[in-house]
Amino acid sequence: MFGLSRTKNGIMESFRMTIDAIRQNKLRSILTLLGISIGVFSVIGVMTAIRTLESSVESGLNVFGTNTFVIQKWPGIRVGNHGDEKYRNRKNIDYPQYEEFKRRARMPIMVSVSEGTSARNVKYRDKTVKRSIELIGGDEGTIRTYNTYIADGRNVTTDDVHSVRNVCLLGMDVVDRLFPFEDPIGKTIQIRGLDYNVIGITERKGEAFGGSQDNYIAIPITNFLQHFKNRWTTLSISVEAPSAEEYDKTMDEAIGLLRAIRKVPPGKENDFEIESNAEMIERFSGFTSGIKLFALSISVIALLVAGIGIMNIMLVSVTDRIKEIGIRKAIGATRTDILTQFLTEAIFLSEFGGIVGVILGIAGGNIVAVIFKVPAVIPFDWALYGLIVCSIIGIGFGIYPAWRASNLDPIESLRYE
Amino acid sequence: MSSLISLQNIKRHYEVGDEIVRALDGVDLTINHNEYISIMGPSGSGKSTLMNMIGCLDTPSSGKYEFEGELVHDMDDNQLASIRNRKIGFVFQTFNLLPKATALHNVEVPLIYSNIPKNQRIDKASKSLTEVGLHDRMYHRPNELSGGQRQRVAIARALVNDPSIILADEPTGNLDSKSGAEIMNILDSLYSRGNTIILVTHEEYIANHAHRIINIFDGKIKDDKIVKKK
Repeated sequence: MFGLSRTKNGIMESFRMTIDAIRQNKLRSILTLLGISIGVFSVIGVMTAIRTLESSVESGLNVFGTNTFVIQKWPGIRVGNHGDEKYRNRKNIDYPQYEEFKRRARMPIMVSVSEGTSARNVKYRDKTVKRSIELIGGDEGTIRTYNTYIADGRNVTTDDVHSVRNVCLLGMDVVDRLFPFEDPIGKTIQIRGLDYNVIGITERKGEAFGGSQDNYIAIPITNFLQHFKNRWTTLSISVEAPSAEEYDKTMDEAIGLLRAIRKVPPGKENDFEIESNAEMIERFSGFTSGIKLFALSISVIALLVAGIGIMNIMLVSVTDRIKEIGIRKAIGATRTDILTQFLTEAIFLSEFGGIVGVILGIAGGNIVAVIFKVPAVIPFDWALYGLIVCSIIGIGFGIYPAWRASNLDPIESLRYE
Repeated sequence: MSSLISLQNIKRHYEVGDEIVRALDGVDLTINHNEYISIMGPSGSGKSTLMNMIGCLDTPSSGKYEFEGELVHDMDDNQLASIRNRKIGFVFQTFNLLPKATALHNVEVPLIYSNIPKNQRIDKASKSLTEVGLHDRMYHRPNELSGGQRQRVAIARALVNDPSIILADEPTGNLDSKSGAEIMNILDSLYSRGNTIILVTHEEYIANHAHRIINIFDGKIKDDKIVKKK
């Protein structure tokens, strides 16, 4: 009785009526749509923003090679001040510890060190860079862990480190400011009044997280510790494993070695942090999953409210059209026909609101991408879930009004004015 | 030849509070093909209930109703909807058109519910509108049409599915006399082309278009007489 073409006819007719109904009640329909749109917008917006951030964090974190991990006093990402006490009371990682570590470690193909601070008023002749520049102390491996290369001149050598030489590498931002028309190699710049000889410049890396990655000066770590050390100075040790297979072993060795060097008693937890790409991503996703959950719960509430709005509007719509329902029933509409008609209307309303929400959400999320200067991501899966949820809301909250409409008595409905 | 409609001892009782209203209290009626019948009676006599019963909008509390061999009194809602759709054309006093739809679409609606493809629907609906002389008003909405024209759209809608009976409930009640006469002309000519027409009215001169007049009083048929020969 309800063949496919009958259903199709019915749905086409329902669709037509839905458009009519929405056109006649523009404001009412828009207000209803708005609820759904806001709910979907909040999910999609947050998801797009998080996707975008995640992809940017992942690409940003690729500064370390894949088989590299970093040992430091503080965790790489801290959320709030929770547990700060625990980290603050740790001993700093100092240069002798690093030297001993480097000498004794067998597994890594490379061990390097870095520590940074910031420097203002870096000068070359009459030119001064007022804004602060990141000043990095490192050794021959440091630029590798920063995932950049020497563009001109030479790298810092072990000799430079041993001899505590006043030499430096410049990032391209610093080159742009101090040497717009000159070759910087061999020139002397002043950092906090000290002379440093420029031995090399590094390749331009561009921006990540809205900040430049080229605004730095690198000097030998020994020199850094001599001139720029303070009581908070603690070193980061980068360790590169020979291969992915030996990564875990390398890390085990490093942990054991550093515990021995720092005299951590057996049974006590490490007094240092091991940061790897995987862990950074994991930590970040722990942070984002909190936001996701929050956005999701907001959306659930918003969608629930929107659903109630839809039910309300559909009940009004049924009352408005009692006469019409009577006419349709008199000339042969079955309960199913009427049910289909009103369900279609409810689903259409919520779907339409959902689509508006998805579009706004993706747009909003991508504004975050523009702000953070990272490539935009469109969360198609969440868009799809959003629309499915809208259908469910349309059906869930539309079924009762539709059922009421389909059960109206044709005689009484015809008489209704 | 078997009869088109046969009602046997039809009763329809409503409970209103403690009281039982006997809207129809044992009606026996047989209607054959190509009859032109008027049902008359004062308000409250049960003629509306009888019309709803014949029109399959209502089902009897007891009794037997057979429509072209189908047992209406046993039908569920969907079967009733189907029989209304296929076999009955309604013409109401207040026209009962869909206000936002064009004349053409109004006539198309019964065909939608009987699952006829779009192109055939348009074909049939426009043919039906042409029959009632509205071929130049197909894309007008009810509010752009006069009362007489609206009622003609309703007749076109009633005819579009080639029904077995046309059930007209006070079809001229909301019309001026000139439009009313036009509508009655159309009904007369439908009858002369072989349709079966049942007219519910309380106007003597309207009822006199019919060949058989049935008077209802207190839920019972008071008299049933042939007033004209075919």
